[in-house]
Amino acid sequence: MQFSSRRKKYNTNSQTELYLHPLQFYGQPPLENISLSEFEAFAVDRLKLLKTIENLGVSYVKLSEQYTKKLESESKALNFLYRPDADDRKSSGPTEYEKRRKDHISHFILRLAYCQTEDLRRWFIQQEVDLFRYRFNELHPKQKLEFLHRNNLQYDTISVEEKKALQDKLVNSSYAVSGITVEDQDFYKVPFQDALDLVRTRKVYLKAGYVFIPHQDIVTIVLNDFRTRLSKALALTARSLPAVHSDERLQPLLNHLSHAYVGQDYSIQKNVGKISLEQIDSLSGKSFPLCMRQLHQSLRENHHLRHGGRMQYGLFLKGIGLSLEQALQFWRSEFIRGKVDADKFDKAYAYSIRHMFGKEGKRTDYTPYSCMKVILSNPPSQGDHHGCPFRHSEPELLKQKLQFYKVSPSGISQILELVKGMHYQLACQKYFELTHNMEDASFSLNHPNQYFIESQKVLGGGKDLKREMDIPQRSQENSATRGPSAAPEAAANASQELAEVTEELDSFFQDA
Amino acid sequence: MILCSPGDTSAFTSVEGRILQVQKNYFQNREFSFTLKDDIYVRYQSFSTQTELEKEMQKMNPYKIDIGAIYSHRPNQHNTVKSGTFQALEKELVFDIDMTDYDDVRSCCSAADICCKCWTLMTIAIHILDRALREDFGFQHLLWVYSGRRGVHCWVCDEAARKLSVAARSAVAEYLSLVKGGEETLKKVVLTDPIHPFIRESLAVVERYFPRYALQEQDILGRKESVDKVLALMPEDVRKELQQDFQNEKKPENRWKLVKEQANRKQGTAKRGQYFEKEIMLQYCYPRLDVNVSKGVNHLLKSPFSVHPKTGRISVPMDLKELETFDPFAVPTISQICEELDRPRTEEEKSEDTKEKENEKDAAERRKIRDYKRTSLAKYVKYFDQFLEKMARSWKGELLKKSDLQKDF
Repeated sequence: MQFSSRRKKYNTNSQTELYLHPLQFYGQPPLENISLSEFEAFAVDRLKLLKTIENLGVSYVKLSEQYTKKLESESKALNFLYRPDADDRKSSGPTEYEKRRKDHISHFILRLAYCQTEDLRRWFIQQEVDLFRYRFNELHPKQKLEFLHRNNLQYDTISVEEKKALQDKLVNSSYAVSGITVEDQDFYKVPFQDALDLVRTRKVYLKAGYVFIPHQDIVTIVLNDFRTRLSKALALTARSLPAVHSDERLQPLLNHLSHAYVGQDYSIQKNVGKISLEQIDSLSGKSFPLCMRQLHQSLRENHHLRHGGRMQYGLFLKGIGLSLEQALQFWRSEFIRGKVDADKFDKAYAYSIRHMFGKEGKRTDYTPYSCMKVILSNPPSQGDHHGCPFRHSEPELLKQKLQFYKVSPSGISQILELVKGMHYQLACQKYFELTHNMEDASFSLNHPNQYFIESQKVLGGGKDLKREMDIPQRSQENSATRGPSAAPEAAANASQELAEVTEELDSFFQDA
Repeated sequence: MILCSPGDTSAFTSVEGRILQVQKNYFQNREFSFTLKDDIYVRYQSFSTQTELEKEMQKMNPYKIDIGAIYSHRPNQHNTVKSGTFQALEKELVFDIDMTDYDDVRSCCSAADICCKCWTLMTIAIHILDRALREDFGFQHLLWVYSGRRGVHCWVCDEAARKLSVAARSAVAEYLSLVKGGEETLKKVVLTDPIHPFIRESLAVVERYFPRYALQEQDILGRKESVDKVLALMPEDVRKELQQDFQNEKKPENRWKLVKEQANRKQGTAKRGQYFEKEIMLQYCYPRLDVNVSKGVNHLLKSPFSVHPKTGRISVPMDLKELETFDPFAVPTISQICEELDRPRTEEEKSEDTKEKENEKDAAERRKIRDYKRTSLAKYVKYFDQFLEKMARSWKGELLKKSDLQKDF
């Protein structure tokens, strides 16, 4: 593979030139100034896009019709580019240029957030590669060629004579290559090191260290190249991270991006008091996600939960609508059955419950934990029952638990497969589908309280809970939809909201 | 004993005592490992010179000597290097074919035993892999070595091969793998349309050996248990018919003819399961390699010319021109070598000694070198020298090319 060394400095003119093309390798970072609000808004939007890609990638075959349809609508909703042609005359929202600029900038911001650990890098690279694959696929053939040439992938094509001579071998090497393919398409001669996936699966003709790839398959090569470049770039980025982290404005943002939950936070309860304490036992079997069901069961059995469990479960209960008084009564009555007497409860535990409801100390109204937080932070140790069972339980124990909760054997193996692939939230979603007798949950599980609400919807408690769906999105999402054409005063408002949002983000990760 | 590593021309001593240094510190950064008495294993051994290596070997008396990768720093100093910076940079691409991996398809021996009947499996393996590595992958410098007991190793020493990543090594090994599955898998080879040219080439080799090796020597269609095993690999309808036919036909060659007829019929009609006769041949004969040995950039493999502790045989390089007549039981053992060395010197040898008395040190070296020529090792060392020379020539060619390019602007 040859790459010309383009060491010229990019000025904003060449950046404009960059945005004329629908797809890029993200070789050069953006070189302009942007506001903090744009910084965060862009990053959050791209993160949502990447999370969509992750979910879709497990639920559907990549590049199948359903996959591309859903990805297209999500890209549209988030104002990322989705049309290979920059036809601005029709659209009323951000221009194609603006969308591509956002794409460029948001990619580089997320690099900063996701370069820090091996796990984060791997996740980021996987989703970016899938996004790239989808976009490359959407290009017209001419644009694909143009992309290859512009990015110096100088693979040679073989002559017509050579093609004829190798025709039989080419056809017999790949299911997708017919005699017509050989006649019609150019075949590229690529060193085998650049096409390992094709070599490994023996899906290509290999001769003297070169593989022969029809134009239609050149994507694999391009993807590998993209992956390699991104991997190297992330390693470099990680080394310059200390400099970035010294900027106080950026550090909290970047930290939270890599842990961010970007959906509803279930902190505003419109149905406070609608749940009675007597209902909790039956609700735990019907509508609680596995983590909360497990916590509830442990609480009932041991009349106690340790701190991690109290936080995770307590905030969840708050989210489903328990009032402070109900919560106090609930915990107190259970703990008293154990080794704790009423006095000790009032002294030691009541305080922390009131703290959860924002009635003590900083008086921040703490928000129930999202799946991301449960999975990533504070793993359980001996004697703990919190965490995500799909992430933190031994597969054998998980299996037993699911059997105990009467999940079918085939369902259990589906769940275990997802767990093996580290798709914990999808495993929980599958648990939802199995326990509610549904084929498709039709929502993307991100939050235990979301599980509860969806479950109640399915089980017929629809009327009261419809209002839940109107919970306002968090303030930062509002600033994102305003777009780059916002007036300066909007920017000032945005940075104030940003300060509030940062504090809210901070609160996610603090224990009472 | 002169020890040479295939990739280290800086360490090899040819008959004339040439030493070539292609890359700075290549030899010094090479990892060796010794297995000592009582199974004590010491890794990260490295040496500044060949003499140092020899002295250490004489001092430690290792039972096994393995060769590993070229690292970024001297392996014996790896603890002093900042964590994360000590890395394997290069290593020959290696393959290990072990006869025990064929236990489910050979009836003559099992476990560590081999005989001339099942040795054919190694011959087949070498033919198939050697062709693929050269013609498909374009590698040129391949050294096949008898492991000393029950298998063979292949060292691919091309520069491109030495620089392959883990992913690339694993891809090469997977490309070369056709037999998949462990104890629980009955049918270990499954072929689908289209049949890749690589598989066709491999089948051509297997077909050459199959009648004598499988039908005669292993008698897979003779004894009842074997026949049942073979039939189990076929589609049910075919199996039933053949079970009938085999009642009347007892000769293995004719039985196999019947199998092929069935296969031809199936290939004309069915879309799946129609390649069973090819699958059977491959399951019984196709090389079985351990992908994990080939994958690792820092994996250590037995050194050529070392002595196998259990058999005493020397791990000799194999000249593929004589592959058909290679006899693992005729490979020299260490006791044999010692005997040959102890033989009284001939008049000719004694006169050569006096000629070189001028330069004391050289004379000792030369006598050491000449000594091996008095043993059965001579032809193996000669073959090895030819191999190294070929590599040296191709480097010189590369160096010339590079310097030519540098003159261009």
